[in-house]
Order: sequence, then C-alpha cells, then structure tokens
Amino acid sequence: MLFRATRLKRLIGAVTAATMVTFVAACGSGEDASDGTVTLEFAQWWGAELPAGEFDKIINDFTTENPNIKVKLLSAPYASTKQQLLTGAASKTLPDVVGLDGAWVNDFAKQGAITDLSKLMTDANYDASELASQVQVDGKTYMIPVVNFVYPLFVNKDLLTKAGVPSTPTTRTEFLDAAKKISASGGDVKGWVLPLDTAVPNGVQNDVMSWLWASGGSMLADGKPNLTSAPVKSTIEYVKSLNDAGVIAPGSLTMKEQDKVEKFTNGQVGMMIDSLAHINLIKKNKPDLNFEVAALPAEDGFTGQRGIPYASWGIGISNSTKHKAEAFKFVSYLMSQQTNAKLSTIANGFPGNKTAEPDFGNSDPLFKTAFDIYQQGYPANEFVGLPKSEDLMRSFAEQLQLVLTGKSSVDDALAKSQENWSSVIE
Amino acid sequence: MTLTAPETSTRAAPAVPGRSRSTLARRLVPYGYLSPTVLLIVVLMVVPIVMVIGYSFRDNVIVQENSVFAGFANYTKVLTDESFLAALKNTGVFISVSTLAHLVLGLTFAMMLNSPLLGGVTKAIFRIVYILPWLFTIAVIAVIWRLLLDPAGVVNHVLQTLGLIQEGVNWFSDPGMALWAVTFVNIWAGYPFFMISLLAALQGIPNDLYEAAAVDGTNWFQRFFHVTLPQLRPVIISMAVLDLIWTSHQFALIWMTTGGGPLNATEMLSTFTYKQAFSEYEFATASAAAVIVLLLTMVLAFFYVRSQRER
Repeated sequence: MLFRATRLKRLIGAVTAATMVTFVAACGSGEDASDGTVTLEFAQWWGAELPAGEFDKIINDFTTENPNIKVKLLSAPYASTKQQLLTGAASKTLPDVVGLDGAWVNDFAKQGAITDLSKLMTDANYDASELASQVQVDGKTYMIPVVNFVYPLFVNKDLLTKAGVPSTPTTRTEFLDAAKKISASGGDVKGWVLPLDTAVPNGVQNDVMSWLWASGGSMLADGKPNLTSAPVKSTIEYVKSLNDAGVIAPGSLTMKEQDKVEKFTNGQVGMMIDSLAHINLIKKNKPDLNFEVAALPAEDGFTGQRGIPYASWGIGISNSTKHKAEAFKFVSYLMSQQTNAKLSTIANGFPGNKTAEPDFGNSDPLFKTAFDIYQQGYPANEFVGLPKSEDLMRSFAEQLQLVLTGKSSVDDALAKSQENWSSVIE
Repeated sequence: MTLTAPETSTRAAPAVPGRSRSTLARRLVPYGYLSPTVLLIVVLMVVPIVMVIGYSFRDNVIVQENSVFAGFANYTKVLTDESFLAALKNTGVFISVSTLAHLVLGLTFAMMLNSPLLGGVTKAIFRIVYILPWLFTIAVIAVIWRLLLDPAGVVNHVLQTLGLIQEGVNWFSDPGMALWAVTFVNIWAGYPFFMISLLAALQGIPNDLYEAAAVDGTNWFQRFFHVTLPQLRPVIISMAVLDLIWTSHQFALIWMTTGGGPLNATEMLSTFTYKQAFSEYEFATASAAAVIVLLLTMVLAFFYVRSQRER
C-alpha cells in the first residue's frame, strides 16, 4: 500500500510538473527549428473575413516558394485582434507580423511596438514606388495598406423611385431633398442612417467626416486639429439639418455599423455610407434588394476631386521579432503585383499595389462602379496615423450627440472638440 | 483510534536522522499538493493585482518605456473626473435596482415553483421557461434585446398596437431611458440564479414549521414573514451580496448594448475603466479606477464573508 501510495504521489508530481512545463512552454511563440526553419506568427482579422480556406491558399503559395519560412496564422475577429495586439504591444510580445488598422499605427509606433519599415525596405532594396500608400509617423513608414475598402454611398433604387426622386443625389441639397421624400413615402422608412455608438465610434469617420472629405475639406491644418474651420462647421450643420428634418433613422445615438447595414438591407433606410466589403453580405441576406453605389454627395457647386473614405487591411512588423528580414519577405510577397491582385479580388477590396489590377470578371458589377469612383476621386481618411484616433472619434461623437439632442450648439460642440483634440494631437 | 498510532511513532522518530527526513517530507506533502493551485493563484491573481496597484501609482505606464512615480495623482485625477463620478452613480443605480429586482422576481418565481397548488408537469414547464434567460450567453442576450428594443422592433410594435405609446421609444438611445433599459435587460438575464438558489432553500424549510404556524392560526402573509423569510435570510443575504459584486463587474452587456452611451447615460465603472485603458491608452488612470473598484468590491466581499461566518 505504501509503495502504491508513493508511486501515486510520484505520478501526481510528474503529471503536475509536466503540466506546468507544458503551460509555460505554451506561452512562448514560434521559434527557429533545429533545421533552420523560421516560423512567423501573423496575427490578423483578415482570415476571419475571407471565404474559408482562401487565405490559407495564399499563405501556402508563400511557404512553397520559401521552404525555410513557415507562417502560422493567428486569425480572430477585428475587435479581438485589436485587443490581442494592444496587450501584445504593452508586454512586448507582439506576433512577428501584424495586421494593422491605420487608426492604431501612431500609438503602436510611439510605444516602439512596431518596427520602422522604411529601413527594412532599404535593406531589402524594395521598390516602394509600387505602393499605393504608406502610413508614416515622424517620416518613417510603419504600416503598408495591403487592401483598401472604400465607403461609397449606397442607394436603394426602389425606395428612391417610390419617393419620386429621379436620380441619385450628387449634392448635399439633392441628398437632403431625396432623404425627405423617402422619409415621407410611408411606413417606418427613413432617408438616411447614422450610427453614432460610442463603443465603436467609427461612425464619426465613415458617416460624418466623409461628408467633409467628399467636398475636399479637411479636419486638420498642418497636422493639427482644425475643427472650428468653416468646412467642418458646414458639415456638422448639414448633419444637424438632416436630423432636424427627421430623415435619420431613430436610435442613432447607440446604433452600431452592423445595425446600419441591417436597416439598409431590410429596406428601412433609403441611403447609407458603407464599406464596399458589405455588398456580398447585403446580397446574401436580401438577394432581390435593388441598390447601387455612388460617389458621396458634395457641397453644392463643388467641382474639385472628391475624397472617398476608406479603411485598410494594413500590415506591419513587430519591433521585437528576431526575424525582421523574413517577416519583410512575407510582407513583400503580399504586396507583390500578382498576390496583391489575388488578395484584393477575394477580399472585394482595392489593391495596395498600384500595379495590381483586381479581377472583376467574377465580381458584382457594383465593384467595377466603385473602382471607377475610387479612381476618379482620392482615398481620404484623416484619422489614419493620428494618436488615440478611436478616442478622438469618441469625444467627437459625444459632442455631436449633444448637438443632435439639442443640448449644445454646433459652435460650442466644435470648440469643445477642438479643445479635446488639441490635448491629444500636440 | 487507529489514527493516533502513527502520530505517536512520529513523535518518537526525531532521534533517527533518516526518519527525520521522512517526517519532513511527509509534512511537505500537503503543500506539494497545494502548490499547483497556489502557483496558479499567484500567477493569475496576486501578480496581476499587485502590478495594477503598482501601475496606479505611476505615470505613462505600459505605453512608455520609462514611467515615473506619480503618487496619488492618478487617484486624484480619477476621483475628480466627472465621467467617473457619473459612472459611479450609474453603477450604484444599476446594481442596487438589479439586485433588488433579482431578489423579488427570483423569490416570487421560486415560491410559485414550490407551491403545492401546481402539478408536477406544470412545474416542470414553468421551471424550464423561467430558467431560459440563464441559458443564454451575454452576447446572445445583448443581440436579442437590441433587436427587441430597436425603435422599429417588436416591443415598440406591440406597445403601439396596444395603444400604450404613440411613437416608437428609443429605449437604448434616449439618454433618459437607456439606464433603465440596460437595467431591465440585466434583471431579465440574472433572476434565474436567484430563483434556483431560493427554490433549493425553500425546499429545505421543514414542513413542521408551517404546520405549527397553521395550528397557531396564522394566515399566508404571517407565515411568509415569520417563517419563510427568516428561514431564507442567510441565503438571501449571501445571494444579494454576491449579486451586488457580480453586477458591479458587468461589462459585456453594457458594452454590447449601449457602449456606455448615449451621453454617458449608461457609463459604468467597468466601461469607464475599459475606455481609459483601451481607447485612451491611459493605463495608469485605468489602473487607479480598477483599484478603486477593487476596494469597493472588497467592502462588499467583507460583508459576504461575515455573513458566511455567521452561518
């Protein structure tokens, strides 16, 4: 009995020790194998948004070409990826390669969590002229946009026709008129939808500031906040006029982006500003919805180039990785003409490589229309590269909420926002 | 009796060095068994708590390489922040109303299910119906209620059809309504736990007490206030304190329904702390807010432990 008890204790001890070792070992990331193979960890949300298995094929092509490099995909939804990267950046344990949103870059760069890609490009003799854009902080590139998703105006053609609006609005006045007519056409239908939820406050970027950019305006001057300028004031007054006219779907103050898409899909709103990436989702959920995409309406009489808001799947490299050269090789592969075109096509986005042409052969014709809009205007998103950009959006959303609920004037709200932003953007 | 024999032999042992080692090893065995748990508690609880307390006394932690000691500056900043004070007030309303409603609803339903007036099949059906909210995860609950309470949702449609309201109510997006809407959803999600616990406690009350009370000529209310409630008191106190603690930590439901808005109407201590950390990257003030929440929770935990000791 004593022998068996001792053996049991030893067994428990061994199991405990093994568990601990496994636990500790599991905390480590991919390292060099004894045969010289390098494993790169790549954390991103892209895999979760692409058709199943498609991203794996692109990665497999890379590992076939580079047998000494393995890529371990850490795919999670956008919000989870953001939190994972935030904690990784704080603890200096970022995966080797990271998917980035332009809104995160400044903070990660300032923390020293992501590396200067300009240096890696020089070291690798990389031709950066092919890149459509680069996100820089203090003159150094920290993120390369791999795929861009634009945010055009989505219009429900049936609701427009029913309301007696002859054509898609191209100016602010036409838009207000169309929104009023749609809202008056009966039922619970409204002309426009504005998500201003403060948990994920990107409505400020996509649905509010987009009006400013579409008329060639800017919320910054020399990199500093310029929220009290006439173009910004005109934009917020316009949004207020839409609210005062009762053409915005109710529930704005806590509405999220997915609610916006759902309301448009269900025919509860006639127009919305949204990511092109949602076309497939809308068509899947409501195949018979008759809608089109168009350039965002601009101020009356505006004849210049229209800025069109965009969001990117950006890529960066951890500052703490031991395999920067291999990581950049992988980045170069994703940015190569052929791979970038392929990735953009399956993602329904526009390529980050200027020479890559997405294949519209099997795509919805709306993508081709959107591509034309994209090429006629310019991608505009002034939140990219700003510090604490989500916080900037949230504080602006709160001031806008005060305006829409009649608790603040436009001037006071913009002055307060200017003050808030100035304390962040120094 | 047989247990005393080895102890006697142990006491006689120290004279022999080999046996001394054996005794020491035997004494260490329990600690060996405890060590994995202790290690996990230290790694997963003690170290993070100590780190957060440490962060709360420094400035620019995590986001900058060289943070500096800041004394109580972060606490002063948090405690004078209007948003924090609003969050404190909202959290107070949210947890007290939720706990009270959980208790009343849980007790009502538990007494219904314990009633001899209902048959076995009826009780089983109601038991399933009443416990349903407990089976959903918070994410599902948030999605369900966002749809139901949408301005164009089912609730408004039903109320309008019944003529109770003229226009759709913005339950979550009206600053005057949002706190009550999220509190209602939290009540709906949390009462089954009270119900199950109180049902178990009700079934443990000896029938003799009710029979004796009946012989004394008491009515239903007298039996409820003088037999049922005193018998349930320890369970009610424990449950109420636990619920106050759990509800004060509620984050997911708030975040997924209102995000703390509109206009901070549903900002709680949890959402305030999250925004400080993951939106403003002010990890030092977030840590100070977290420590304040920890202290408030410890007050509740003190009462819980005391009620447990009394039992």
